[in-house]
Parts: sequence; structure tokens; C-alpha cells
Amino acid sequence: MKKIPQKQIHKYLRHNKSFPHVWCPGCSNGIVLGGVIRAIDEMGYEKDSVAMISGIGCSSRMPVYVDFNTAHTLHGRAIPHATGVKMFKPELNVCVITGDGDATAIGGNHLIHAARRNIDITVILINNNIYGMTGGQYSPTTPAGAKATTMPYGNIDNTFDICDLAIGAGATFVARTTAYHAMEIQNYVRMGFEHKGFSLIEVIAACPVIFGRLNKRGDASSMMRTMKEESKPLAVFEALPDEEKEKFYPRGVLVNIDKPEYTEKYANLVASLQKKEEAE
Amino acid sequence: MAKKKKVKAVLMQGNEAISYGALAAGVNFFGGYPITPSTEVAEIMARELPKRGGKFIQMEDEIASIASVVGASLAGAKAMTATSGPGFSLMQEGIGFAKMIEAPCVVVNVMRGGPSTGLPTDPSQSDIMQARWGSHGDAPAIALYPDSVLESYELTIRAVNLAEKYRTCVTLFSDACLGHMREPVVLPDLSQVKIIHRIQPTLPPEWYKHYPENPKYISPLASFGEGYRFHVTGLAHDAHGFPTTRPDEVARMMDNLRNKIVHHTDDLVQVEAIAMEDARIAIFAAGITARAAKKVVVALRAKGKKVGLLRPLTIWPFPDELVKQYLSDVKGIIVPELNQGQLSLELKRVLGHRKTRKIVEVQKNTGELITPQEIINAMKEVH
Ligand SMILES: Cc1ncc(C[n+]2csc(CCOP(=O)(O)OP(=O)(O)O)c2C)c(N)n1
Ligand code: SF4
Repeated sequence: MKKIPQKQIHKYLRHNKSFPHVWCPGCSNGIVLGGVIRAIDEMGYEKDSVAMISGIGCSSRMPVYVDFNTAHTLHGRAIPHATGVKMFKPELNVCVITGDGDATAIGGNHLIHAARRNIDITVILINNNIYGMTGGQYSPTTPAGAKATTMPYGNIDNTFDICDLAIGAGATFVARTTAYHAMEIQNYVRMGFEHKGFSLIEVIAACPVIFGRLNKRGDASSMMRTMKEESKPLAVFEALPDEEKEKFYPRGVLVNIDKPEYTEKYANLVASLQKKEEAE
Repeated sequence: MAKKKKVKAVLMQGNEAISYGALAAGVNFFGGYPITPSTEVAEIMARELPKRGGKFIQMEDEIASIASVVGASLAGAKAMTATSGPGFSLMQEGIGFAKMIEAPCVVVNVMRGGPSTGLPTDPSQSDIMQARWGSHGDAPAIALYPDSVLESYELTIRAVNLAEKYRTCVTLFSDACLGHMREPVVLPDLSQVKIIHRIQPTLPPEWYKHYPENPKYISPLASFGEGYRFHVTGLAHDAHGFPTTRPDEVARMMDNLRNKIVHHTDDLVQVEAIAMEDARIAIFAAGITARAAKKVVVALRAKGKKVGLLRPLTIWPFPDELVKQYLSDVKGIIVPELNQGQLSLELKRVLGHRKTRKIVEVQKNTGELITPQEIINAMKEVH
């Protein structure tokens, strides 16, 4: 008898949700999904203990496919929804799947405040430099000069460095990698989950069908090659002379610090108030 | 006869009553953002919830507040927020999401003058329609509006109960006057108050559907982390909560959202009818404005005038049948309200036009209240 293929990943996919998924061929979103699932599998988390919350966008369609506690919420609002989940049930491992537009344009305010609060949520931000779902409008990370349907003459707007933004706002774990570096996705997502506090993993991703076509970046594989060439491991990047740095961006864990986490601080407050009550 | 226990009245503010009502109803999560004239609710919840093991969080804005409330609700909380006009506007998308995914929660709107920043410290009733139509898309609403401090307490409990029972976002109205006013109240004995919790699923997780077929439209509701691993989305969804565009599945979802409200109006609708049996002139008023109306009824009845009051405690769903029952045959209806005619618009929708019945509107949106004398003056227009 032929052996029925059984990949580890199948354990985590929803068999009752009719595939195929909504993503275009060559889209990086699936690679990120694979990395997230492998990270969760590696940690041995019970599926019941994982909550995956997303906003709106191509990337945000991810939760429906996985067999966790999942919510596909509103554009930009994944993080505050996740905040409610985490506050009420801190025992859950809460992650957010979001896009560059979702997290840094419409949801920018929530991103910085969740980082400041240092609430234990793991944000996996898929940065494809464009609004994919709505057909290619420019986002806060669309590179200078790049074309978007609402920047038809090339982008004249400034861009966010998402990791810098998160670090500036107080995130205690920040890492960047690309869709080409699948093992790094898995590792950083795992580290993000294991980190007690707000963590953000930025995954530079390819949207070959919209961003790629608009900007003549070639097909998915050539966009992946670009990621490989343009990104450098942090140590390598830092050793580069300044004028070389302009051509590359660093991958790696950019920040990893210990700082009291919000729901723990709240739990301590509750415990101390209840002790006081008992004493009275 | 058993000796009656001596009960002590306490002096309480409307917003305090809302907070304690919420705690009595089992609210264990509050996410909010300060705004006059609702802020006391957040302040009291910030103080009281951690003492009881509940969760309070001040979010970065009202959009985040309603989102945190919906998130907590998904995780099993009895969740609430409190706001006023500008915040209520910001919450509309989130309220629509709560209704769409059927996440129980309560939004308190202590109404102040608008539009925009308007009159932050003055009362208004101009968000009546917003609670019904404020979010895009079709979805019925439940909204309650008390007229006293004690009733603020009682209707807060009821709002939480209805949210849990009907798996939806319920609006509890108050206004700047009611919210800040103090009255002596004797709180009800909590052992006598019915507290409703969402129905817990009893089926094994493999059989669980988050939006099952149910002739009564009231279904069990699982929470995150309890083994059911369901999905919610603001997209049109099937019985499992998975996105769909199939017209039959979309129709089922839309019918469910609608029918769970319209098939339960008997349970949802509450009115108070005072001296309506033989009334020739009726006042139709809610919330703070009904207090002036009550004065009018007492004063004019003392003079032998056949005047009555119909006061909706449930604003949405609008009490169509009771309005028809009580108001169809009166000679005149006075509708005082602190807006440009929101309740009266509904009243006219329900009653239609009749030559022999006059509807007189008394409206104010200057931040002042409508006085009993102004209501009495309006009666002169009924002949
Ligand atoms: C309030 C609101 N505004 C606008 C939209 C339309 N919209 C849907 S997805 C999207 C952009 C998504 O871009 P991004 O977050 O980068 O995700 P991607 O699709 O690229 O993965 C927009 C503008 C919406 N759904 N809701
Ligand atoms: S439009 Fe772009 S981001 Fe969206 S699924 Fe297609 S390739 Fe992916």
C-alpha cells in the first residue's frame, strides 16, 4: 500500500476549512505560516493554548487556516483585540499576524502602545511593502521611488523602519528576517513566543503579484533572491563600512531585553490588593 | 409576619450605579478611555476590578477600548466599556464587529451634547439613532435607557444579561445629567437578582459550531482556551465561522443576526406606563427627560386632566407593539427629547399619520433640560 503523506504541519491545519487558501502563487505568506507552525510545534504548545489574532489584509487571512483559537478582526485592530484576550487569559500564548499597512498605518497607534506596555504578545509582521489585499496602494514601508497605484509616479513619501519603530516604542524583543530565511522565521517566532513581554518579528516578504509586477521585480523566486542578497546577518551588517550599509539591511535579533511584563504586573497588583483585603 | 430587615439607602451617583451594577452582573473586564461625562465609570472600575480579581485596562483610544473588550469577551469575559459621543463614534466599527461575530459585551454611552466635541458636560439624547444605525451594514441593536440612579444600576445588570443571552453588543444609555446626579438608592438584594451567563457548550469540540442552526437563535458560546478552537471573522461566515460568499450561508447568518432580536422583542422590550389607562394626552419620553414628564403627569392629574406617560426603558428594539397599544387612540402625544427629533421619528414610523391625533415635538439641544412647564405648554397645541 502506498504510504499516505503526513506532514507535521497537517496537525495544525483546519481540515474542515476548505482549502485552497486565498494567497497568490509565490506569495510569502504561506512561508511565514509554515515558520509559525513549526515554531509552535517545536515548543510543544497545546493547540488550545494558542490564540492567533489578525487584522485585515492578505497576511491577516492566516488565522482561518490553523487549528488554534483564532480571530480575524478589523483593519489595524489585531493588537488591541489580542490585548483583551491576553489581559483576560494571560495563560494563553497570544500572537498577532499583521501586515505593514495593518500594523504601522491604520494600526500604528496600537502597535506603539502595546510595545510601550510590554504586554506579552508576539507580533508577526509580514512586510511586503504594499497594500496587497486592496490591490497595491503604497504603505508606510513602500520604498522611496517605488511604484504603487496611489503613487503612480514613484513614492515621494518617507518610510518607517518597523523594527526601529518598535524598539523606540519599548518593545523588548525585536527581530527581523525575510521569507527567504525560513529557519530564521521559525527560530525568531519561537524566541518571540518564549520571550516574556512584547515581541515583534518583522518578516520581509514578497508580494510578487502586486508589488513585484508594479515594480518589475521579477517573479517570486527573483524577489526571494533579492531578499537573500539585500539582507545581512546583524554582525556582518554592523561590520560593514557606513557607505556599504546603505545597500543592505540587517537580519537578526535586534533587541532582547528583560523588563516586567504588563499582565504579570497586573497579576501582582491583584494579589497584593487581595492580600490587603484579607488582612483587613 | 416576618420582620422586615432594615435596609439602608445610600447616596449614589448615576455613573457609580452603572459601575456597581456592572460588578453585580459579573463584569470582570473593562477596557476604556476617559471621556466626560462617563469617566467615573472607568475610574471606579479601575479601583474595584483588581480587588475582585477582574481586569481593567486603559487603552490608547476608544477604537482600542472596544477592541480589547471584544478580545476579552472572546476569551470568556463579561466585558464592558463606557464612553460618550466622540468615543461612541470611534467605537462604531468595533461595535459592528462585536455584533457580527456575536461577542457579548456592553457599551455604556453617557450622552453629551454634540455634534463633535459639542457640550462635554451637558446632557443630550442625540445618540439614540447612532446606537441603532451607527455601524455600517444591517444589524439590529439592543439599547436600554434608565431614568434614575437606581434604574441605572438595574438596567446595567440587564444590559450585561442581555449581552450574554443574545450574544451581542448592548448599548446602555445614560446622559450627562443622569450620570452625574446623586440620589438615595436602596440597592436590590443581589440574591434576588437574576444574573445570566452565556450558555456553555456541552457537545464535544468536534461537534461544536460557533453559529449553529437553532430555532430559538440562542446558542451556546465557547471561549478561547477551553478546547473548542473556533474561528471568528468580520467577513460573512458559515456555521463554523469560516468566511463564505455563498448566498444561502450569508442569508442564514444575516437572518440569525436579525431574528435573535426580532423574535425576542417580548423579552427585550420594557416600557413604563404611568396613568395611561384613560389618558387623552400622552407624553412619550425616555431617560432624563422622562423625569420632567413624570412631574407633569402628577401635576396635571391632580387637576383632573387625563394625562399619562409612556416611557421606553428599551430604546432598541423600539417598542413598536406597545407604542401602538398605548398610543394609537390618544388625542395627542407630546414627545420631549434632547435632540432634533430622534424618538419622535420612530414614533411617527410606528403610528403613521392620523388626523385625529396630534404629535407635538418638544426639542432642545442646547445642553439644557426640558422643564415640566415646557411640556405643559406644548399640550396647548393639542385640541
Ligand atoms: C477601516 C478599513 N479601512 C480600509 C480597509 C481596506 N483595506 C483592507 S486590507 C488593506 C491594506 C492591507 O495592507 P497590509 O496590511 O500591508 O496587508 P497585505 O494585504 O499587504 O498583506 C486595506 C487598506 C479596511 N478593510 N478597513
Ligand atoms: S496580493 Fe500580494 S500579498 Fe496578497 S496574496 Fe497576492 S502575492 Fe500575496
